[in-house]
Formats: sequence, C-alpha cells, structure tokens
Amino acid sequence: MHFEFQVEGGNFSKAGTASSQLKKILKQLNVDARDIKRVVVALYEAEVNVVAHAYNGVIIIDIDTEKIMIQIEDEGPGIQNIDLAMQQGFSTASELVREMGFGAGMGLPNIKNNTDKLTVTSEVGKGTKVHMLINFSI
Amino acid sequence: MEHNNFHHALKIREDLCIGCSHCMNVCPTEAIRVRNGKAILYGDRCVDCGECFRVCPVSAIIIDHDDFNHIFDYKYRIALVPAIFTGQFPEDVSPQQMFSVLLDLGFTHVYEVENGTALLQEAMNEYADKPGISKPLISSFCPAIVRLIQVKFPALVDNILLLKPPLDISALHIREEMRRKGISDKEAGIFYITPCAAKIAAIKDPVGEDQSPISGVINMDVLFNKVYRKVKTRNNQSCSLPVYTDLPATARCWALTNGEAPLAKGRTLAIDEINNVIDFLEKLEDDEINDVDFVELRACDESCAGGVLTVSNRFLTAERLRNHKTNTPDPPSSDHPDGFRHIRENHAEIRKHINIEEVKPRPIMKLDDNIAEAMRKMEKVNRIMQLLPRVDCGVCGAPSCQALARDIALNEAQLHDCVFIQKILEQKGELSLEESIKIMQKIWGFGKTNKYRDLKGL
Repeated sequence: MHFEFQVEGGNFSKAGTASSQLKKILKQLNVDARDIKRVVVALYEAEVNVVAHAYNGVIIIDIDTEKIMIQIEDEGPGIQNIDLAMQQGFSTASELVREMGFGAGMGLPNIKNNTDKLTVTSEVGKGTKVHMLINFSI
Repeated sequence: MEHNNFHHALKIREDLCIGCSHCMNVCPTEAIRVRNGKAILYGDRCVDCGECFRVCPVSAIIIDHDDFNHIFDYKYRIALVPAIFTGQFPEDVSPQQMFSVLLDLGFTHVYEVENGTALLQEAMNEYADKPGISKPLISSFCPAIVRLIQVKFPALVDNILLLKPPLDISALHIREEMRRKGISDKEAGIFYITPCAAKIAAIKDPVGEDQSPISGVINMDVLFNKVYRKVKTRNNQSCSLPVYTDLPATARCWALTNGEAPLAKGRTLAIDEINNVIDFLEKLEDDEINDVDFVELRACDESCAGGVLTVSNRFLTAERLRNHKTNTPDPPSSDHPDGFRHIRENHAEIRKHINIEEVKPRPIMKLDDNIAEAMRKMEKVNRIMQLLPRVDCGVCGAPSCQALARDIALNEAQLHDCVFIQKILEQKGELSLEESIKIMQKIWGFGKTNKYRDLKGL
C-alpha cells in the first residue's frame, strides 16, 4: 500500500499529522502495537526535523505484509556532516537555542534506534533524503 | 465479525428503544448501530463508559445491577460505599444518618471505599520507582479508561499502573477482617454502591484479576432513593448507630478530578471526560508528550461526581466533598463489635494481593487478523470512502461515513444503505422506489417510514 503526505516547514502545529495518520492505518492492519510505536516515534522525529529545518517536504510510505518503508525528502539547507548528525547529542543549534531547550541532538539517533535500516543523504543548500525501514515482527 | 464476548453492564432494552440514534452519535468508540429501528451494541467495541445511557430520551439503556434483595442471600451484608454517595445528599443529611439508614435497610456493616487510598498511594509511589517502568504511568482507577486503552490504544497497555483500585483494596481488607472474626467468605456479601456502569463491568469481568472480592453491585441512584426516602420519613426515636469514622480529605476527594494526580510523584496531570481523554491518549501514543510521570484519566466529566448513576449535580457533589468539615475523630471502630480495625492492620496481607496481572490489548481497529487480508479490506474501505458523501448524517444506521465504509468492507452493511447513493440509483433506474423504502425500513423499522403516511391518511 502506498501513501503520501506533505510537510510544511515551520508549521509546528501540524507536525505529527503524518505519523498520527499512519498510526491509524497500521492499527487497522493489525500491525503489532510495539512495531507501531517504533514507526510512530521514528516518523514523528523525522517530521519534526523537516518542520524545524526545511522549507517543505514530502513523506512517501510503502507498506507490505512484512515491512514498512518510509522516505522523507525535503527542500532545505541540508546537513553538512551526516556522520556527526547521527551522533547522540550532536546539534547545530547555538548555545542560546540549546539553553532554551531546543536542539538536544536526539532527532536522528532516536530515529536510528527505532528503525531496522536508516540511510540519510543530503546535499547542502538543496535538501535531505531520509530513508527508513522497519520490519514487522510476526 | 464476532461482536460479543465481554460482560457489559449496559444493555439496550429492545422493547423500549425507539431507534432515535442519539446513543449512536455520542458513542466514543462507535460501538452502536441502528438496525430494524433499534439500537444494537457491538460488544467488542463497548467500554461501558455510559455516554449512551446519558442521552437516551426513553431510558431504553439500562445498567444491569444486582437486585437489592440479593443482599439477604448472605448472613453478613457489607455496604461498600464510595464517598461520592455521601456527596449526593443535601448538606443537612449527615453521613452518619445515611449510614444509619443503610443499616436499617438490611446491611450489617458499612465501609467506605476510600479507606483503601492511603495504602494505594504508598504502593503507587513505590511502583513508580521500579526500574523499566513505561512513563507516564496511567492510573488504573477508572475501569472505562482501562477498557478504552485496551480497545483503542493497545500500544499504551504497558503504561497502565498494575495496582488494584481502592475499591478492591477495601474489599480485601473487609474479607480479612471477616475471616478474623471467623466468618467465611461465603457468609459475607460485599456490595458496592456504584456511580457508573464501568465499575460493574470491572467487578463482573475483571481485567488482570481472576475474580473480584466483591459479591454484588447496587446502582447508586436506586440506593439513593431508598435511603433518602427513609431519611425523610423515619421516626427519629429509634435508629441503628453506625460505626463511622471520618475520612481524611485526600481520601474523601480521591474519586474527584485531581484526586490522585497531586499525590503521585513527579510531573502529573489529571484529565476528565472521555473525549478529552481520547485526545490526550492520541497525543501520547503519537509520542508527542514527554516528561510526564503520572496521568489520572477519568471517563466522566468531574470524574465520579459525574458518574452516570449519580443523582446530584456533579459540581455540587464535588463541592460538598471538598468542603466537608472533618469532625473530631470518633473512637477507634475496633471497639465496636461490628467494627473493622484500621486498614493498616492488614497492610502486609493486602500488599501481597495488590498487584494486577498484565492488561492485554484487545484492539478493535483491526480490519482482519491477517495483514494481507487487512490490506485488502483497507483498500476496499478507501474505495468506498471515495463514493460516500462524507456528511456523517447517520441515516445509514452507522455513526459516520467512515464507519459505514468499514461496515461494508466487513460485510455488515451495504453501499445502498447510504441515502445519497439510493437517490442516484433510483434516478438511474437501478433501484425501484419500493426497494429503496425497504432498505430504509430495514434500518429504521416501519414506524418512522410510515408515520407521515399514516397520520395524513395517505
């Protein structure tokens, strides 16, 4: 099954819409509750990343009986050093921003922890592509 | 699809139901449909919240409790009374008076449910410190909420606090005290006075427990009438003297909104009314809420003060309990031959039985057990949704277009049940007028379709 969602950069009130919709779909498909949790956590983090950093993005979801594949493509500033961004606690946020409680550097690591496969590719000044895969436990 | 197998206290009386669909439209789990002019209940979806009971204009929805005379099946008859009950009465009726009347009505003992709260609070805070606990902890107090999580939010069952509610804790204490007096469990009947349907379902069909220590349930509205009548008419020359000790304010207000949350450790929240709770649980399930340690969730507005079987206005009840003046403590009840010792005397024994087993999910959202089949059905639902008007008029006998689409995909309804589709089919000559009326009658019965014809003499 195939689904697509648009994400609007900067609109935090709508962040989480796609993960919430996807959750409802997976519940109807009788996917294990723990798998649903992993999917929702990973997609929610990715959605927030797009809203926080990019101008706009699209989420493409493909589900079959064994797994779910999610591709998130955004138009935005891109990531300078992906290896660094994947490290827990790394953040490009300034000291001031961090003091306010933002940019803890947990986004990508958290996605990684909840997925079976994660690839991030990015072009500085153009945008980022995140591809994730979660196998359903049977 | 199989729609029953859970005990429900809520029942629809077919002889009284007029098929008005009010209940169908308020049900938070879309558990009601209209067929043949009557409301029918999908038992697997119902969480016994009682919203349908509130809106039924003809009292066709009943809450199945035990007959009052059932108490006389036991030699010893204990009324297990929640503080909410005392809050039903006007200010000039004292709890002592109410309890005295309960004894005159046939109970041998009266005990307040909230005596069990101090012990629970202690166990709750120890539980919260255990490593590996899913946060936030969700209180197990409201049985409608526990059921709601099981059916609608299966990913959150691990967050439910696996401790018995005060009701069961107090019942365990009573059982211990009776045994201590040499009275067997068979001789002693514990009867809970319930403000809602969900508690009945929880007692008759407990979640995470084999059997409830409670013998029976009496609806609060029924008992209120019996007691208030006696209060009004009784000759004051003679009356039974109840064993009564005032509850501390925290215990007395436990069943009100914010009764538990401020007593739990860390950052806590209290949310009442089932639709508010659903909104919150969606967010929690979406992982949008972090750093909350404990949530108190109650299905009724103003919590148990707003229970469907209460009589008094819920705000007045809450005010009475909050502002109740605590009297000077009575002499310890153990001095009295009918009294029970303080609950802390049985602390160790109760703690052994305070845990409940894992709460299992029983998801209602799934379209099929098999994922491939579920996908096929979901595609069908999506195709049907393209055809439906999305006005959620309810004329098809389902609460929304989405619910109808789902019913059709599960072979429980047909596309032509939709009145908009009927019109087009009629216009295109694919459905005769006769057939179209038959479809309506299959959903709404004959009365509603023939009303105009009969009254106008057409």
